Amino acid sequence: MSRLAAVFAKLEKNGRKALVPYIVAGDPSPALTVPLMHELVRQGADILEIGVPFSDPMAEGPVIQLAHERALANKVTLTMVLELVTEFRKSDQDTPLVLMGYANPIERMGYQVFADRAASAGVDGLLTVDMPPEEAEQPTRILRAAGIDNIFLLAPTSSEDRIKKIVSLASGYLYCVSLNGVTGAGNLDIKAVSEKLASIKRFTDLPITVGFGIKDGVSAAALAPLCEGVVVGSALIERLVATDADKTVEQRAALAAALIAEIRSAIDA
Amino acid sequence: MSSKVAKADFSQFPDASGHFGIYGGRFVSETLVFALDELEAAYQRLRKDPDFQAEFDHDLAHYVGRPSPLYHAKRWSTEVGGAQIYLKREDLNHTGAHKVNNTVGQALLAKYMGKKHVIAETGAGQHGVASATVAARLGMSCKVFMGEDDIHRQALNVYRMKLLGAEVISVKSGSKTLKDAMNEAMRYWVTNVEDTFYIIGTAAGPHPYPMLVRDFQSVIGREAREQCLTQNGRLPDALVACVGGGSNAIGLFHPFLDDEDVAMYGVEAGGDGVDTGRHAAPLNDGIPGILHGNRTYLMQDEGGQIIETHSVSAGLDYPGVGPEHSWLKDLGRVNYVAINDDEALAAFRKLTLVEGIMPALESAHAVAYAEKLAKTMSPEQSIVVNLSGRGDKDIHTVATIDGIGIE
Ligand SMILES: Cc1ncc(COP(=O)(O)O)c(C=O)c1O
Repeated sequence: MSRLAAVFAKLEKNGRKALVPYIVAGDPSPALTVPLMHELVRQGADILEIGVPFSDPMAEGPVIQLAHERALANKVTLTMVLELVTEFRKSDQDTPLVLMGYANPIERMGYQVFADRAASAGVDGLLTVDMPPEEAEQPTRILRAAGIDNIFLLAPTSSEDRIKKIVSLASGYLYCVSLNGVTGAGNLDIKAVSEKLASIKRFTDLPITVGFGIKDGVSAAALAPLCEGVVVGSALIERLVATDADKTVEQRAALAAALIAEIRSAIDA
Repeated sequence: MSSKVAKADFSQFPDASGHFGIYGGRFVSETLVFALDELEAAYQRLRKDPDFQAEFDHDLAHYVGRPSPLYHAKRWSTEVGGAQIYLKREDLNHTGAHKVNNTVGQALLAKYMGKKHVIAETGAGQHGVASATVAARLGMSCKVFMGEDDIHRQALNVYRMKLLGAEVISVKSGSKTLKDAMNEAMRYWVTNVEDTFYIIGTAAGPHPYPMLVRDFQSVIGREAREQCLTQNGRLPDALVACVGGGSNAIGLFHPFLDDEDVAMYGVEAGGDGVDTGRHAAPLNDGIPGILHGNRTYLMQDEGGQIIETHSVSAGLDYPGVGPEHSWLKDLGRVNYVAINDDEALAAFRKLTLVEGIMPALESAHAVAYAEKLAKTMSPEQSIVVNLSGRGDKDIHTVATIDGIGIE
């Protein structure tokens, strides 16, 4: 069984929901990424989504855009992201890791090379924001052969036909975007999300995580009962880089991890 | 050269999924697929709707001022001493460039689709002005996304847009130029997708944009073809157009693609020189990849990050290019060449002095290449150059290069 399947099976058995933090690899510094990943797991994260920095992160709001820019200023490449994953895996063989990014860096490396290297580094899933199902058949086949799940986004605007098309290619889990907007937006509508999730569940048994717009324990706890997991990105990164002159990078990382602990207890309550 | 050219039925592309061979497509986040589907359905219906076409043609005639003349630049041709050079005078259009052909078409689409708000991205400000212009005419709200650096460089066009009632939104992310303005316009569109129409300014972006921008701009080539036949009784031997995203070039080229004896040259911005890496010439020195919703040649580094471009002309300063050009390059149907900043500036001055026509710096790239090409040809042969815009907007840039401050 894949790490992702094992985690979702265990959570279901215990009646719990997945907590999925998102950080960008190499932000705010490459040296901090692996320690931060371990700390997020200690504070209750079940799965980690690791952003692969890109020069043109079209679907991101301002907070995550800046995270991509900082990572690129630190010269973080896809190759380096895979090295960070290898390092993380030295002391954590269980927590699923999903890389999230844009198509071009992967295209440039080549899907086959990426799939082989990612699998041996210990990557479990890939979410390519700008890779809709129409373009994804071949990449999905290559990834699956290497044991990597291709994770797809579903949006409030996805029609039933599209939901069917997407679930036919997806594995691991589905990522449902909670709102029309970019990451970190504030226009979350719980009722609309709940209706969307119900319509998706008519076509698939895959676990569904919900992301975009989850800021704290309250918003996470409101969404968690409707799905199998919640993704927290912008709110986490905001804490990570809060310009608090008297705090060290490590202290800020601890603050960020504390948000994960807060959300953990809110969704478990 | 025609022996090298792979045969294709050009009228059948893009295919049903929006591809030109391996290029094009629709690489966007899921939220936008709905809007692109809606746009494609509306366009497929309206392109066959006689009322829509009649209104478009009427607006091109009476609002834009078409047909634009095909002008025989006799003095310049004689001076060059080779082929006869003809200028397709898109500079005489309302708002001063070919951009307005497309914004008139897309704004009409927005109107037929019942959208009241339009957005646009702009680099030099020409497409922003052309969008603000049609929005004013149709009573639509208009937001124009523009990189912070470009806002400083193109202050005059920023003010023009404001006078036209548009809101200019400063984009501070990334390199703060055209590509970032396009990212930000896409982000705004994702958030307001239900009631907003995005007027993309060139023949790039996700399907169906490359197709519909090409169709709206093809009036340039259709007119030029007819004008050549009426004025000379024959087709030209070569076509030359500058390529930023590629809308004026594809507009001129497309109606001639089946005319095997017409050679075509797309001229990219060579900046400091293609071999310096400081340029905006992805078809000369780029690698295929994915940006802004389509697969196409891109300026990118080893790791697949998009790199900054350099050109004296803001309208060509873009790291990608429309997907149909990538396909035409690989097929060998169009030759893609580059002209450096210096050569473009010299051509700007030359055409101004010899013909009394001041070209936009973008168009000056085509002018410069046409001169090189004409020299290799005989006086019985002819070249059509797309003079995509007028140079008024660039006087400030040229004066600064001359060390003259004008406010
Ligand atoms: C006069 C003129 N020509 C050409 C261009 C380049 O665009 P495209 O390659 O889409 O024609 C621009 C863009 O701003 C322009 O203003």
